[in-house]
Amino acid sequence: MTEWLERHIPKMVLAPSFIAILVFVYGFIAWTAWVSLTRSRLLPKYEIDGLIQYERLFASPRFDTAMMNLFIFGTLFIIISMVLGLLIAILLDQKIRTEGVLRTIYLYPMALSMIVTGTAWKWIMNPGLGIEKMVRDWGFENFSFNWVVDPDMAIYAVVIAGVWQASGFVMALFLAGLRSVDGEIIKAAQVDGIPSWRIYSAIIIPSMAPIFLSAFIVLAHLAIKSFDLVIALTGGGPGYATDLPATYMYAMAFSRGDIGQAASSAMVMMAVVFAIIVPYLYSELRTKHD
Amino acid sequence: MKKSVYAAVSAVAMSCALPVMAEPQAEVLHWWTSGGEAKSVAVLQNEFAENGGTWTDMPVAGGGGDAAMTALRARVLSGNAPTAVQLKGPAIQEWYEEGVLADISAVAEAEGWADVLPASIAGHMMCEGTWCAAPVNVHRVDWIWANADVLKANGIEMPTTWDEFNAAADKLAAAGITPLAHGGQAWQDATVFEAVALGTLGADGFKKAFVDLDMDTLKSDKMVAVFDQMRKMRGYVDDNFSGRDWNLATAMVMNGEAGFQIMGDWAKGEFLAAGKAPGEDFLCASVPGDGFLYNVDSFAMFNVDGDDKKAGQDLLSKLIVGQNFQKVFNLNKGSIPARVDVALDEFDSCAHLSAKDMSESSDNGSLLPSYAHGMALRGAQSGAITDVVTAHFNSDMSSADAVNQLADAVANSM
Repeated sequence: MTEWLERHIPKMVLAPSFIAILVFVYGFIAWTAWVSLTRSRLLPKYEIDGLIQYERLFASPRFDTAMMNLFIFGTLFIIISMVLGLLIAILLDQKIRTEGVLRTIYLYPMALSMIVTGTAWKWIMNPGLGIEKMVRDWGFENFSFNWVVDPDMAIYAVVIAGVWQASGFVMALFLAGLRSVDGEIIKAAQVDGIPSWRIYSAIIIPSMAPIFLSAFIVLAHLAIKSFDLVIALTGGGPGYATDLPATYMYAMAFSRGDIGQAASSAMVMMAVVFAIIVPYLYSELRTKHD
Repeated sequence: MKKSVYAAVSAVAMSCALPVMAEPQAEVLHWWTSGGEAKSVAVLQNEFAENGGTWTDMPVAGGGGDAAMTALRARVLSGNAPTAVQLKGPAIQEWYEEGVLADISAVAEAEGWADVLPASIAGHMMCEGTWCAAPVNVHRVDWIWANADVLKANGIEMPTTWDEFNAAADKLAAAGITPLAHGGQAWQDATVFEAVALGTLGADGFKKAFVDLDMDTLKSDKMVAVFDQMRKMRGYVDDNFSGRDWNLATAMVMNGEAGFQIMGDWAKGEFLAAGKAPGEDFLCASVPGDGFLYNVDSFAMFNVDGDDKKAGQDLLSKLIVGQNFQKVFNLNKGSIPARVDVALDEFDSCAHLSAKDMSESSDNGSLLPSYAHGMALRGAQSGAITDVVTAHFNSDMSSADAVNQLADAVANSM
């Protein structure tokens, strides 16, 4: 009896959460996939009607803009956050006295919600209230920084706010990575008289590859699901210039009574996530098998 | 003032006590949660209680009703619909098609709604010949508001054509005043757009384009002219308009930073709340062109079980369209009563103008539903139009491109 219990208790303890995930994650993914093939409007309907929702989705210029924005935002957000995070981490790694304080300062933006970040940056970048007005008041009459109200530049304003929020977190990841590199190797390199930029570029950074991967995965999924930042910063505007797939999906599902469109755009978003996550999982699982 | 209102309420309460069968119950889902709106709905709540009913309030704030609609969807899917829900326009028909709305024809016929409501507004309240919703108010959308002192100082009269408007706007711009106070949010862009469209296309053209979605009208040269005027409007807006809330734009007119604002009559509430007097501090007029665009709030009754709830629906419908509630509610809200036989003595001059125009346009067929406020079209179609309007307004898209995109977007939204 006790032996049976010992063998089965782990399974029994895990079962509820397993069932919950099965239903609430995979079950609902399947449900969304089903609904995306129907002509659902206000309420979900279940008669399959082919790929009509996907045809409508790809014919919509607004969804085009949303995917393009996701691409611009995702690429810049990930690259700039990683570069800035790594730079700050390397600078903090120079055994400076106030590291604890500085680290906290850089990490704090992560403690804010995206809504707060978005609202604060909305005011900072507003041409009539923020930076532009301040610099003009200093006497530089021709200074202009109106990205947030310029349809062509607004998505880059979103990138600024996103990077401000996330780069501190990336810094913390990289700092932990830098500290985990074997000190003996670094000392050996120093004894050989190798300059410190070479030590970083040839020894430390290559040995941090797994950290890069984790940072990339975290940032990529933050980028794909970002919604609150755009809603707070620009509300998707000017026009729909800063729409992302997530805000498109929300508009279709909750303001326009077009559940079929919302479901199909959700499936496209999931496909994008899979395109990033699956190779990662594949490489992880493979190295375990070896 | 307050005392007389309560006296009137209780007088009506005594005179129209229903035959008691079951105690009326009503669970009411609405999104009137901000100051003036909450006060308005409290009027109905009190009246309902004084007639022996039990009111269960279910306010769901957020997203201009989006949150409430999400709550409603969940309730209907779980088979437990609220008694009455704040719904409007084609959404009523959409829910009817899902087979979840109740029939309140008995009350409507006993109260003679067909005689006191303008025909096109009554049309929204009917589902295949039966009454399924009760109208609360009529907001006029095609208003143009102006700062009286600014116009006077620059020698400008209230414009009656779009050319006059453009001339007045140029004059204001030359004087260093923002001609048009506007907030760059999609629905505000759409509000200005439909005002321009009504003036340019005329009432018939507007109906063809935004009620019937007639492709020829949507692609016509006149529609190009509408977008041309929108491009002009973009030039009359200050640089800092993106994302501004409508009430901040109203404040710009109020303190003389801007000359005009095109906005529904909820803007009047802002002027009045700031202690401004209509006709003296601020002016109201319909936008250039003939016609009247309405935005009518209403309550739809859902299928519910139990005599007490059905009695609640009957009582609620009767009270909503009742003379007293129509008057008190609309005095609070800034709109005008949906029924045409309410005495307007206590209303201000803008409301008088609105009521006069409503009955005139109802007679000549130019009483039209507002597309920008979800009265004319279903969400998917009106949303598709708004996408194009706001994309054009916020970029340098040409009018011809905008018209092509408009036709494509409408076709794609079906």
